[in-house]
Order: sequence, then C-alpha cells, then structure tokens
Amino acid sequence: MRLLNRTAGRLSRHRRGPLAGLAVLLLGLVISGSLFTAFSPAQADNQPSETEQVAQGKELFLASCSFCHGQNGEGVPTVRDGYQLGPSLVGVGAAAVDFQVGTGRMPMASPGQQAPSKKVVFTDEEIDALAAYVASLGPGPAIPDESDYSIEGLSEEEREEAISRGGQIFLTNCTACHNFNGAGGAMPRGGYAPSLHGVEPKYIYEAMLTGPQQMPNFSNGNLSPEEKRDVIAYLGSLEETPEYAGFTLGGLGPVSEGLFAWLVGIGGLVGAAVWIASHTTRSNKSKVDA
Amino acid sequence: MSNDNTPSPYESHVPSHREAEPIPDPGLPAHTWRPTDVDPKAEKRAERQIAAMFVAAMVFAVLFVVAYFSFEIGDSWDTFGGLGASTVTLGLTLGMSLLLIGTGIIQLARKLMADAEMVEMRHPAASPPEDREATIQALNDGLDEAGIGRRPLVRNTMLGAVGVLGLPAVVLLRDLAPGNALDINKLAHTIWEPGMRLVRDVVGTPILASEVEMGDLINAAPEAMFPSEENGYPELEGAEEQAEKAKGAIIIVRMDPSELTEATQPDKWTVDGIICYSKICTHVGCPISLYERTTHHVLCPCHQSTFDLADGAKVVFGPAARALPQLPIAVDEEGYLVAQSDFTEPIGASFWEREKL
Amino acid sequence: MSSIDTSKVATSNRTDAATASKPGRAGSLATWADDRLGLASAMKKNLRKVFPDHWSFMLGEIALWSFVVLLLTGVFLTLWFNPSMGHITYEGSYDQLRGVGMSESMASTLHISFDVRGGLLMRQMHHWAASIFVASMMVHLLRVAFTGAYRKPRELNWVIGCLLLLLGTLEGFTGYSLPDDLLSGTGVRAADGFLKATPVVGTYMSFLLFGGEFPGESIIPRLYIIHVLLIPGILLALIAAHMLLLVYHKHTQWPGPGRTEQNVVGYPMLPVYAAKAGGFFFMVFGVIAIMGGLMSINPVWKFGPYDPTKVTAGSQPDWYMGWPDGLLRIIPTGWESVIFGYTISWNVMLPILILPPLMLVILMLLPFIEGWITGDKRDHHLLQRPRNAPTRTAVMVALMTFYGLAWAAGGNDIIAIRLDLSINQITYFMRVAIFLGPILAFWITRRWCISLQRHDNEKLLHGYETGVITRSPEGAYAERHLPINPTSAYTLTARDRDEVYTVGSDTDAAGVDAPNSRSEKLRAKLSSWMYSHNVQKPTRAELEEAHHHAEHEAELQAGLDHPVDGHQFDDHRLRDTTDVPLRD
Repeated sequence: MRLLNRTAGRLSRHRRGPLAGLAVLLLGLVISGSLFTAFSPAQADNQPSETEQVAQGKELFLASCSFCHGQNGEGVPTVRDGYQLGPSLVGVGAAAVDFQVGTGRMPMASPGQQAPSKKVVFTDEEIDALAAYVASLGPGPAIPDESDYSIEGLSEEEREEAISRGGQIFLTNCTACHNFNGAGGAMPRGGYAPSLHGVEPKYIYEAMLTGPQQMPNFSNGNLSPEEKRDVIAYLGSLEETPEYAGFTLGGLGPVSEGLFAWLVGIGGLVGAAVWIASHTTRSNKSKVDA
Repeated sequence: MSNDNTPSPYESHVPSHREAEPIPDPGLPAHTWRPTDVDPKAEKRAERQIAAMFVAAMVFAVLFVVAYFSFEIGDSWDTFGGLGASTVTLGLTLGMSLLLIGTGIIQLARKLMADAEMVEMRHPAASPPEDREATIQALNDGLDEAGIGRRPLVRNTMLGAVGVLGLPAVVLLRDLAPGNALDINKLAHTIWEPGMRLVRDVVGTPILASEVEMGDLINAAPEAMFPSEENGYPELEGAEEQAEKAKGAIIIVRMDPSELTEATQPDKWTVDGIICYSKICTHVGCPISLYERTTHHVLCPCHQSTFDLADGAKVVFGPAARALPQLPIAVDEEGYLVAQSDFTEPIGASFWEREKL
Repeated sequence: MSSIDTSKVATSNRTDAATASKPGRAGSLATWADDRLGLASAMKKNLRKVFPDHWSFMLGEIALWSFVVLLLTGVFLTLWFNPSMGHITYEGSYDQLRGVGMSESMASTLHISFDVRGGLLMRQMHHWAASIFVASMMVHLLRVAFTGAYRKPRELNWVIGCLLLLLGTLEGFTGYSLPDDLLSGTGVRAADGFLKATPVVGTYMSFLLFGGEFPGESIIPRLYIIHVLLIPGILLALIAAHMLLLVYHKHTQWPGPGRTEQNVVGYPMLPVYAAKAGGFFFMVFGVIAIMGGLMSINPVWKFGPYDPTKVTAGSQPDWYMGWPDGLLRIIPTGWESVIFGYTISWNVMLPILILPPLMLVILMLLPFIEGWITGDKRDHHLLQRPRNAPTRTAVMVALMTFYGLAWAAGGNDIIAIRLDLSINQITYFMRVAIFLGPILAFWITRRWCISLQRHDNEKLLHGYETGVITRSPEGAYAERHLPINPTSAYTLTARDRDEVYTVGSDTDAAGVDAPNSRSEKLRAKLSSWMYSHNVQKPTRAELEEAHHHAEHEAELQAGLDHPVDGHQFDDHRLRDTTDVPLRD
C-alpha cells in the first residue's frame, strides 16, 4: 500500500533513512487500530438499550421528519418546483443523521434548495436516538469515533506529515468548492459550499463520509479514513496558527483584496489629497510688516 | 486688480464678433493671512506640533527596529491578537513613522511656509514660427545633402536591407521552444493508455470499482504519474512530468446507471454507473471539480462553465463550448478501474488546429 | 484690525517671496556644481515653477509614489526570490507545507514570507502598492477625462498615460504569476488558453512562450525578466516623458478670478509644492506599509504550490484584470466555430483578444475624436466642470458603466455567495445589462449635466434660493432669491460657449484640409449631437436684464420695511466678505 504521496516519499528518503521502515510499521499499526475501532460493531456503553433508543428515535422521527422523509424513512419522491421533497433515508446511516441534525440543517425550516446550518433543535440524546433509528433502516456509515478524526495518537513527525499531506488532499478535493481558506464558495443556481470555519471535526468527517445535500461523497473507498483525518488535521492546524499576514479580509481571494485596495488604499489616499490641497484656516487679522 | 490689465481668458481666441464675457474677471482675490502668520503663539504651537510629529516618527522607527529583533518568525510565530506579530508590528511601526513624517512635512507647508500664490504666464506649446522654419530648413538641407531622395536605388535597397533584418530577429525566437518541444501534436495525446489504472490523486492508490459509492467524486490521476517498482512505469521528470500531469487529470463519479444518457456510451465506456471525464475545462483549462451529486452538474470555478456529467458532460451553462472529454474505462481482473484507451479527442482549451490533430 | 498688537507679530515666518541674497554654504555648493554642470539656466525657471493646488491634481501623484514604493519593495524581494521552476521539497518554516514538493520560485516566496524578517511585510506592501498603482492611474485618468484636460495640447500625454495604464496592468499580471502558487498557476493556465484561442498562430505562440507544452519549465524565468526589467524600464521611460510634458505644458487649472488661459496660479515648486509632494510620498508609503502590515494579500502558503490538477473557489485575477475575466464569464454557451477544420474560439477571442484592446484604442483616441468633432484647434489650459461638457461626461460614464458591469461579472461567484444570489441569474442579468447599462448611464448622465447647467444659469440670473418665503399684499407666496457673490458668479461664467459645427460655416479653421463633404456632414451631425442640447451661459444683456429686474423687485419691497434680507439664514454673509477667498 502506498500511503505517502510521491513528494512526501522523496522527503522520507531525505529525512528518515534507516528508521523509515519502523515508522511505516508504526503508522500501519496505528491505522489498522483506528480502522478496527471505526468498523467494530456497536460501542459498548449503551445506557438505554439499543432497542429502546431505536424506539425513541422512531417516535421523534414520526413527529419531526416523516412529513418529508415518509413514515418509514422511505422518502417522499415528489419533485416540487424542481426540489425533491425528502430523499429516502434507508442506508444513509447514523453519520448522516448526526451531521444533518447535529449541525441544525435538519429539520428544515422551509423547503428550499439547500438546508442551511442553524440552531440545533434536538438534544444530544435525541440525536443519538434518531441516528440509531435511521441506522436501523438499512446499513450505512456509523457516527465516527474521535480516534477516527484526531491525530492525537501520532508522533510529532507523523502529525506533521499528516498535516502537510492533509493540506494537499484538501487542495485537491475540497478547495474547488470550499475555497483555499475554507471560506466557502458559490455553486450553480444559488447553491453554495458552506464555510468550514469553526465546524467541529466530527461533522467535517461525517460530511465527507455521507455527502450531505449536493456535496459529493468522499466514502472510504474514495478517501481512506486516514486521508479524511489528515484533511481535518490540516484544517485544525490552519485554525491554530496565527494569521501571519494580518486580517484575512474574508479569505475570499483577489476580489476582496481589490475591494480593499480601492476602499482603504485609494479612499484613504484621496482623502489625504483633499486634506493636503485644502485651504488652511484664515485669520481676519492682517500681517503688518515689521 | 481691475479688468483692464487682466485680459479675459477668452479674448485671445474668441472671435471678435462674439459679445464680451457676461461678467468681467474680478482678478485674483487679495491674500489673506493664516493665524500662524499673524499670531506668534499660533506659530509656536504649529512649530511644536510639527516637531512632535517628527519626534514621534523617530520613536516609531526605533520601535520598528525593536520589533524586528524581538519578534520571532519562522517556527515560533508570536501572535498579536491572533495575527502574526512580526508583520503586524513591523508594518504598523514603519507605516506610522512614514505617515508622521509625511503629515509633518505637509503641515509645515500648510502652516509655516509662505503661502502667497504666485502667477506664472503660459506660453504656447508650439515653437515660434521662425524656429519652425529654421528646423524645417535644416531638415531639408540635411536630406538634400544626403541625396537619398535623388537616389531611389540606394534608398530602396537600404530600406529593404533593414527590413529583411527583421527575419533574423523573428527566427531567433524559434528556439524559445527548442527542437521537438514545438511539436503541437502532443496536445492530441495524454499519458493514458489501455489498461492503465486510475489512481487517487495525491496518494496514488488504485481504485476498486466495488468501493466507489453512489455520489462519490474521486479526483484521480493516471497511475503512470505515480511510478513505482510494482507498476513499472518510468519516473517522469521536470517539464514532461508537469505536462502529463496537466493533461491526465480526471474526475470519477458514480451515479445510478439508469441516469446516464446514451451520450456517455454507458455500455461501452462506463462501469456500473461509474463514469470518468477529463478534469480540465474545455474553456481555458482550469481544473474542474465542483460537483453537485443530485444534479450531476460540475462547475468550473474560474468562469462558471457547467457540465452535465450524466449527459456526456454537455455544457449546460457558461462560456465553454464543448463537452468534457470522456475517458473510456473498464475494470481489470483484480477489480480496479483502468482506462480502455487514451482520450478520444484533445483535452482542455480549444486551439486552432484542434480538429486537425 | 486695530486690535492686533503689532509688536508681537511673528517675523521669522516668511510670507512673501524671498529675494536673492549672498550665497551661503548651499550657495557655494551650487556654484561648484554649476561650474561643472551648468544647471542654473535650466533650474532658474523650474525651481520656482508654479503648480496649481487642487486635490484632484494629486491623483496622478498617488500613482507616481506607489510606483516608487513598488521599485523599493521590488528590489528588496529580488534579493531572495529565485525565479526557477526547478522542483524541490520545501523544508522551511511553514509547517503545513513542509515536505511538499514545489518549484523553487514558490519555495523562495515562502522563504521571503517566513524566514526573512520583514519579508512578508515587503511582499504584501509590493502587492498592495501594485493594486493601488493601477487604481490610482485609473482615478487620475478619470479626472483628466472628466475635466477635459486631455484637449490640445495634451493629447499626446493622454496617449502616454493610456500606455502607462496598459503596461501597469501587464506588469501586475506578470507579477501575479511569479510566486507559482495555486492561484497564479491557474491564471497562467488561463492565459495559455487565451493564447491558444488566437487564430492561426495561437498554438505556436503558446508553445514558444512556455518553451513547449504547458506548463514547461521556462515560463516563470521569462515572466520574471519581463517583470523586473523590460516593463519597468519602459514604464520609467514613459513616466519620465509624462512628467516632462507636464512640466513643459504647465499644469491645467480651474477657472476662477485671475485664473486664465494665459497664466497658471499656484504655489511654487520650491518650497510649498515640493514639501506637499514630498510629504505625500511619505503618506502614500505609510498607508501602503500599514496596509501591508495589517491586511493579508495573496496568502500563497494557503494556496499551496501550483499543481495543474488543483483549483480553488474564488480563482480570480487581481482586480485590474477583473473586467476581461468578467466578459469571459458572461459569454453565452457554445460560441465556437469550426471552419474548414480549424477551430475559432469566439468565446475567448471576443472578451480577451478583441474587446480589451479595442477599449484601449477607443480610450486613446478620445481626445482626437473630440477634437475632430469640435474642430477646436485652440490650446486649453482651463479645466471644464464635467457638467459643462455633458456629452463627454456621459460618454465617460457610459464607458465606466461598461467597465463596472464587466468588472462585477468577474466577481460573480463572490457576489453570489456574499449576497445570497445565484451565479446563473447574475450572469443572465449581466448579459443584458452590459448593453443596456451604458446606454442608460449615458442618457441619465447627459440629462443630469444639462439640468445642472440650467441650475447654474438660474443662480446667475436670479440668484440663489434663500429659503425665505415672503407673502405679498395680494397673498401670493414667493421665495426670496439673492444674487450670488461676484467671485462665484464670475467662476460660473468662466467657460466657453459651445458652437455647433455646421457644414461650410467654419471659415476660421483655415488650416483644415480641403473639406470632404461626406465627412464634413458626419462631423456636423456629431457636433450637433454633442452640443445642441447644452445650456449656454447667459449673455451680458441677459444678466443685466435679470439684475435690473431683481433691483426693481427689491425697490418694491423696500417700502415694506421687511426685517430680514435673507442673509440671516445662510452662510453667504460670511462667504461674501471680501477677505475670504472662495475656492472653486
């Protein structure tokens, strides 16, 4: 398995030398460990039993979600004004529910092209119950565990490598829509890719895993769990580092820069010119030659 | 100033039949004094104010030096309210120092320098007629003495010789792209070849068809861009590597096979709803991957050309004129996605000879 | 005046022009230099050369000083920048990119940003200064056009200015492309697409520029030498020519009492103008330094190195390339044809290869077109208020509208996301607005200017509105008007009467070639289109008539013993006092 990209591979020749094999072995162990945790069935700490949770979830679902998604989550395939009212939730998995409800996107306030993130209406337990219910409808991705998207367990060097690799994956797969700064971007017909600033790592992971709304999937067959983790690590590192260059002006690229060049630069300097050429206060006294 | 000795600005070129100006020029207003001209206290105050600006400018310049040496850059960036301390403080101190010097000098001009307006007379841009005549005379004399006009053979061959000298100048530029670097046929081909695996970009791992899920968007590359001993592809270097990378990039998406139109050749060129297109926009060549999974549209972030991937990547919006070229794909015996062949047309932006290659 | 204690009047403060005195140390240095250089003859006029003072005359100075800042910061950057596309692995201080492969030019840009103290500041100052340089040239251009300063004898300086704008833009684009980050590489690739869209030779031009297939390994070193040597050299030469012509022609001035076509009134170069201009240099430098310190521009480390397979949302050129980019975006789908097997990409040619050069040519020709229509062969040194040239003002506003709409279209994705609009709808709107907008802008501006002219005449003939309402014995209400002060009145009338050119009428223009009747007719038609709607200033007779009428009114009202004359309620009493000069 080739985990490192080519450039990182070249780097490893420079840097690690004889220890490379050992490091790859360690990395492999860590990854297989985290893979195991990700895919091992059922986390053990069920306070309410799973069946109870599913039953509670079903109740909540019938009350809040079934109007659009159908009594059994089969979806309401009506296309109204070009929008699908509610897609089927069979097989979307707990991760999708946790993302959509956990970020407040669901339930939608009103039907529309895109459900915006807003205030969360359910408690954590209720979200877990809903997720458990939807997960029971058909097999789908489970809610990721913190170990899936955290680089805590890695060595300093591995972390650095994960971050720089995550940056390259981010720039290849994500920036086209979400912009180099994670500030978001415009999509066709009024759609938009939301900003990634301040989004919890779990939700970023779930979004990649499940492809909410118009966003494509980055399933495990597409970006491996470690690659997703690295992207999250890169975004985390961006938030941690200071803005080296001053205020980011929205991080939108040359358009906002041009706007500020005009407003601050030209605006300020024309103001200065007005001051320089303005007449100074006059006295009504006149000077008497000494 | 009376109207008599200040001629109306228009009199000189207003035809005489026109009536005089409606209001006579009252002339320059009398000079008035500033408080600093007549009040010694105000004058002293202005002096102190300006000197204070220059002193503050010195302080900021010294602070710049202090900031330069005290704020680390590199591995341990100091911060200043979440901003990089070094750049922010250096910029602020330098800027304040310069601004204070600038405002100080301008205040000096505004408050303390003599501010009586002066009048300077203009003169016409043209030279005096006698100078013109003399120049033309000199020019004619010179040409006459050279005799170029009388000897057309010499004149024409001389002009011809200098003109033909343009050829070496143009020809010298030929080797801007030396040797066969100028072979434009390269635009017709990419590195894709039958049986080459599609691998994930950045990491270079091959893609199992069975692992691609509905709604997936995979940014992928030819396996030859990730050469190794196992796959046996030769290591590419420099310009060649970059050119192949620029042409070979692809996107892979999976949708319900029933959604694919005939334009995509679903039976021949796709694998179970998995379909692959060039990632390079046919407009001016930006990589394109803003994919909407439900509409199957992909948008170019540079100029918003929108392509319908379910319908052969036909252009549905924006300035592009042609569909994205499709890469015919299949699966190999291990279940990995492979190319059936190269693209069947040149990828990327249009060019003059495109249909001819 | 009697209240001043004259004994305390400052004497150290010069208020009059100095007279020559015995040379001091500076004088002997000057003598030493003049013995060898003989500069005194040239300097004697120019040291005290008069420059008129108005804020709008300093806009070009912003461009000049930001160019100086560009040279200073640019030289600093060249000390570390390595314009090479050689591939290396980044090992510098920026964590997120350590271990990533990139070109040496990108790596050295990161080195300047993160390993050279003050390097990031200089990079950002250089970039902000570039944006301000082009912006201030455009603002300066607008001032010159709107005031008619480009008329004879300054047409050639206008053309030089237009060339400076073009070169400044190209200089900006080459600089934008140098760091080899994702954004600049995307721009270079689009430029490759533009080249390839050129008919017949396009593909070969692209291959020659890139040294083979895109991206090759030659483009950055080539752009670098263009950026640091070729274009700056031409820019410097043209700026020198621009300034020499400015000095030779002497600056234009606003009309006013004592300010005529024959003179120039203002402050001498030494000391006031030199101090103001020099001070302004420091201010421009200071503003750019503060912007460079506080405001992030082109954070290349976030874009990462250029990779032809990557792209980011918000991939835009710098602002001055925004309008061709916008035109490119609003071309409808499918404008490409194949003729005899050869591909012609109208969708790229039209917005990039045809329209921008065409706009530049139109811009350069403006003073010549106007001069031909008006047949005006006189020198003009007094500026026109924009309202007094309604057609020219309206044409400029129409051009600005076209530019502005195209520019906005270039940011359609950012507008869409910031204002919750749809990219598609913005684009559809722009496709129509780019045609209708300029026409509408022309029409509104011209009517507006003419109304303002009419308003000026009202003020001249009937005075200004005092806001005082009087009731006549019959019960009729009227607002009292009072005459404006003589200074403003003179300034309002200090403008030419427009003359509509008619075929065969112009006996004056003896220097014109034998009249070609068709072009003469066109000229007459255009002249009528340009001038016939304008409102001309009142004649002396009309003014006298109006004033006589006003005096008559006043006489009638005198008997009413009205307690107010109207001046209590405005600031005209202050402004009318003779010792307060009225500016403009």
